[in-house]
Amino acid sequence: MTTKSQELMHWIDARFPLTSTWKAHLSEYYAPKNFNFWYFFGSLALLVLVIQIVTGIFLVMHYKPDASVNASGIPVAFASVEYIMREVPGGWLIRYLHSTGASAFFVVVYLHMFRGLLYGSYRKPRELIWVFGTLIFLALMAEAFMGYLLPWGQMSFWGAQVIVNLFSAIPVIGPDLSLVIRGDYVVSDATLNRFFSFHVIAVPLVLIGLVLAHIVALHEVGSNNPDGVEIKKKKDANGIPLDGIPFHPYYTVKDIMGVVGFLIVFSAILFFAPEGGGYFLEYNNFIPADPLKTPPHIAPVWYFTPFYSILRAVTYPLFGVDAKFWGVVAMGASVVIIAFLPWLDRSPVKSIRYKGGLFKAILAVFLVAFFILGYLGVLPPTPGRTLVAQICSVLYFAFFLLMPWYSKLDKCKPEPERVTFK
Amino acid sequence: MSIRVIKTLKRLAAIVLFAPALALSAGAELHLDKAPVSSDPAALQNGAKVFVNYCLNCHSASFARYNTLQQIGLDEQQIRDNLMFTGERVGDLMKIAMRPAESKVWFGVTPPDLTLIARQRASEFGSGADWLYTYLRQFYRDPARPTGWNNVVFGNVGMPHALWELQGQQVAKVTEHEDGTKSVALELATPGRMSVEEYDKTVADLVSFLVWMGEPMADKRKTIGMYVLIFLAGLFVLSYALKKNYWKDIH
Repeated sequence: MTTKSQELMHWIDARFPLTSTWKAHLSEYYAPKNFNFWYFFGSLALLVLVIQIVTGIFLVMHYKPDASVNASGIPVAFASVEYIMREVPGGWLIRYLHSTGASAFFVVVYLHMFRGLLYGSYRKPRELIWVFGTLIFLALMAEAFMGYLLPWGQMSFWGAQVIVNLFSAIPVIGPDLSLVIRGDYVVSDATLNRFFSFHVIAVPLVLIGLVLAHIVALHEVGSNNPDGVEIKKKKDANGIPLDGIPFHPYYTVKDIMGVVGFLIVFSAILFFAPEGGGYFLEYNNFIPADPLKTPPHIAPVWYFTPFYSILRAVTYPLFGVDAKFWGVVAMGASVVIIAFLPWLDRSPVKSIRYKGGLFKAILAVFLVAFFILGYLGVLPPTPGRTLVAQICSVLYFAFFLLMPWYSKLDKCKPEPERVTFK
Repeated sequence: MSIRVIKTLKRLAAIVLFAPALALSAGAELHLDKAPVSSDPAALQNGAKVFVNYCLNCHSASFARYNTLQQIGLDEQQIRDNLMFTGERVGDLMKIAMRPAESKVWFGVTPPDLTLIARQRASEFGSGADWLYTYLRQFYRDPARPTGWNNVVFGNVGMPHALWELQGQQVAKVTEHEDGTKSVALELATPGRMSVEEYDKTVADLVSFLVWMGEPMADKRKTIGMYVLIFLAGLFVLSYALKKNYWKDIH
């Protein structure tokens, strides 16, 4: 006896793998039962991606990527953002969702990456998940950078000017490359339009593709867990991991709780401090872009500052090439090196729970150095600050480059057979 | 061996932790008075009156419409009768007749649009309101300037003291300290139409109005925010109960 709805499912399943996909990725995807707080941030990153896409769709309906000035002498792009804030019904909410969402995206992604660092989620067989993840992080940085130009405020304009100028430091191709990126000799209407195009079409497509690859790779090998042991090693008679539970319903209901918890923090900022103390929306960016007036201090948004500090920390020319170029190289390397973690870590265990004091101390130093770099990145440089940034940059790279040695030296505890769960 | 390494690392962490404190050298400090920002309709309406009379001649507020002033408790007729002096309609944006290119020639700089001024002027030294409140009270006579006016907060400002009739004329007394630094004290040389307290209150009202104009939806935003948070708090309790119930079989 089959009901109408079962008949419909058979009809669909004969033509499209609906039931099998549902099973493979949700109802029969077995995740370790011992996920802790740190495991909320993957699903939260997906949530923020959806928030950004949906609010972005509505923003594009009213936003105008146009650098020409209107009758009041205000650039049209800047004026269109204020139009959204003041005249579009609910526009202020959509815009604040998008601007707060940008910072929230980096918060959850940084925490998500740190989780990987804590529990060795990048180790074999999850190397590709980690590499895709690093690429997502890179795409996200490009997306955020280009999106930041669109409001066409002073920081939008001068931030883009500074960063695009960096490319001109590359020997031989540099000047032409920065010309291609800007589409002009200065940041202008041409730059605004191509950044708009990249921000709303090209990079989001890449981002969604990479997120898909990230999840497909994850579901192929299965999730890591806070103990860093493979649950697939111990299975029952039916081939189901003893420590695994179906993602749906167990982790769907748990992630719903995480989503609501996240939304509480997100809404508190969105409704009561949307400027984020000048870190989420920089005060200078409420001034329309003026190509003739350089602000005394140009600071990137907070999520770029650790890498920006590394860029500024390089002050020595090498091999007859400008220090600026080596700064760009160092900044690029500081992001790309993250992708190599799976091959740098030689520890016998994955999770920090079973690693020794050496790793914990080095991780603490790395974390402190990263925060200091981030803090220095918002400040104008002084000789003292540059020295601190240089020390911290060396520590940042040392964390990665010395890992093959210290991860072997470390006195680790034995891993348990099964996951710990209370 | 590893203990020694850890100790060295700890020492390194301590150095790294405290180094920024040493590296932080003070830049130019800006001392701002705390602005008594009010959301009282009477204060906002007085601020609107001062704004329209004294500011909206050289400065535009080209993102704000006259009829949004209904939010601070005025009806359309009151807005027309008291705050509109030229041929605009009540739904128009608060624009001015002076063209940006011309005012640049006349003043050396185009007077900035003031719609967002309270948001623009925020800094690590204080809120935008604090900056405006201090700025508008610290003009002083300076014969060296083409306008005859200078300002403590904004040195060599292009703007003359538009409110001088109300405040009167201040002069600067510069004291040079032993360490070479200078401090400026202002003295009221010629009193204006208002007492110091009245003038401060007028500026406070004007600043409150500018804060309101920078984000007219701010009150609504906070009200909606309260409901959203209450709703989410309830939803969190439910989602927690749901999770607990599903997970009770997992051991």
